[in-house]
Amino acid sequence: MKGGSSSPLPRPVVASVAFVSGFCIMTVEMLGARIMAPYFGGSVSVWGSIITVFMLALAVGYLLGGRLSMRNPNALVFASFYVSAALFSLPIILFADAIMRPIFLAVEDARYGSLLASIVMFSVPTTLLGMISPYSVRLLVESQEHSGQMAGLLFFVSTIGSAAGTLGTSFYFVLWFEVNRILWGAVTALLIAAAIILLAGYMRGSLSLRVSSHET
Amino acid sequence: MRPRLVISLFLLALAAPAAGEVIHQERSLYRDITVEQNGPRRCLIFNVHRGDRNQTCIDLNEPERLVFNYTRMSFAGLLLTPEPESILVAGLGGGSIPMTFGDLFPDALIDVVEIDPAVVSVAREFFLFEETANMHVHVNDARVFIKRAVLEGRKYDYIMLDAFTGDYIPEHLLTREFLEEVKQILNPDGVLVANTFSTSRLYDHESVTYQRVWNEFYNFKLPTSGNRIIITRDGALPPRGELVGAAQRLAESMEKYSIPLLEYPARMSTRVDWDMSRRVLTDQYSPGNLLRD
Repeated sequence: MKGGSSSPLPRPVVASVAFVSGFCIMTVEMLGARIMAPYFGGSVSVWGSIITVFMLALAVGYLLGGRLSMRNPNALVFASFYVSAALFSLPIILFADAIMRPIFLAVEDARYGSLLASIVMFSVPTTLLGMISPYSVRLLVESQEHSGQMAGLLFFVSTIGSAAGTLGTSFYFVLWFEVNRILWGAVTALLIAAAIILLAGYMRGSLSLRVSSHET
Repeated sequence: MRPRLVISLFLLALAAPAAGEVIHQERSLYRDITVEQNGPRRCLIFNVHRGDRNQTCIDLNEPERLVFNYTRMSFAGLLLTPEPESILVAGLGGGSIPMTFGDLFPDALIDVVEIDPAVVSVAREFFLFEETANMHVHVNDARVFIKRAVLEGRKYDYIMLDAFTGDYIPEHLLTREFLEEVKQILNPDGVLVANTFSTSRLYDHESVTYQRVWNEFYNFKLPTSGNRIIITRDGALPPRGELVGAAQRLAESMEKYSIPLLEYPARMSTRVDWDMSRRVLTDQYSPGNLLRD
């Protein structure tokens, strides 16, 4: 990396993709209840299952993302979180019935059925999206004294993104589109975010391949 | 002078619904439940703060008598299936619909599905609702209950859907897929009766969805009631003459409950009075709560 002061990605890029990840997390979460209602009903416990799984997955994601940020934080790894979150969201679109049907058959109690189905469908993509937060902080932090400020900025934009994703999905998207189309929209948004990261990283000359070739 | 009169009349009108005495109030997981007593009349009210209508009322002096038009209208399905041996009621309310079924058909097996355990205990405590050897209440989501019934091959002669009167519309009970599951648990000679929405855009969406799954249905409305009851069965509907004949045979047994069955056939229509270009509600697209304005 040239000099200690330049981060691998421009601040506006990191902030915008953090917004996208927050947006997508809540879009999927809001749709989760709709996806599971045909099998597990619309009771409060279904919401309980979804929120529990999202919270746990995000918690694990924060831990893993923080751990990964210690080793040569770079744009390629950052983009790969978005790509893999998009890929691991595909089963929600393509195999939701195939996943929920056997769970419905095997588990009589809709509470545990919905919990299990949430784990299977939502835990992996949500963990991956959770990894983005600490990693993006690391990408922008250039000095210890600014670390809190950067963390604050990124929590701000990603949480604003979550609020927008919640409102947009529950007020408008479900009125305009089918559930799966909204999910395809989220997958596309994640892939576009990954493309933007790679492009910006390339333009900064900070893609990990180039960095490591400089180092060797 | 006159404006003052208007204002005081207005205030009087505002005060009128609160005339009854509140004898029980609780906040359940799903809604606010209020029980109000006004002379011999006792009413179960959901979400009283929003000024919603009474959910169920009973007259303690004549508990068999059904007080509301929509509860009476729920029995119009008997014109198609006069002697049901197995009955499913989704949505308990104060329990007058299943109690009336139990009274009419003591040997029929009656399953009631209610999502809210608080409603079940209020119905027991304040509305004389009692389970019997043949009548069971299941605290469960109706969709889940019906999906299991499909799996277990359980079928019913009379299915009553009455889960749409609360504050929040259960959107997963409005979809094409749900109605297809209902169809699977309906006996060949059985009847489906659904108490649904008579106003708002939802009326069109719901009509289109029922039409898709059942081809045709009786649209049953009374000028004195804000409800619309959908009555249908798997296969062709009987000609109206048959309904009139059935009404004449059954009318006497309905008097005790104040069900004016003889008036009903003339009010049951298969005429399309909705916008057929509306989208069918599916598990993928069911924004019922956004369509109710």
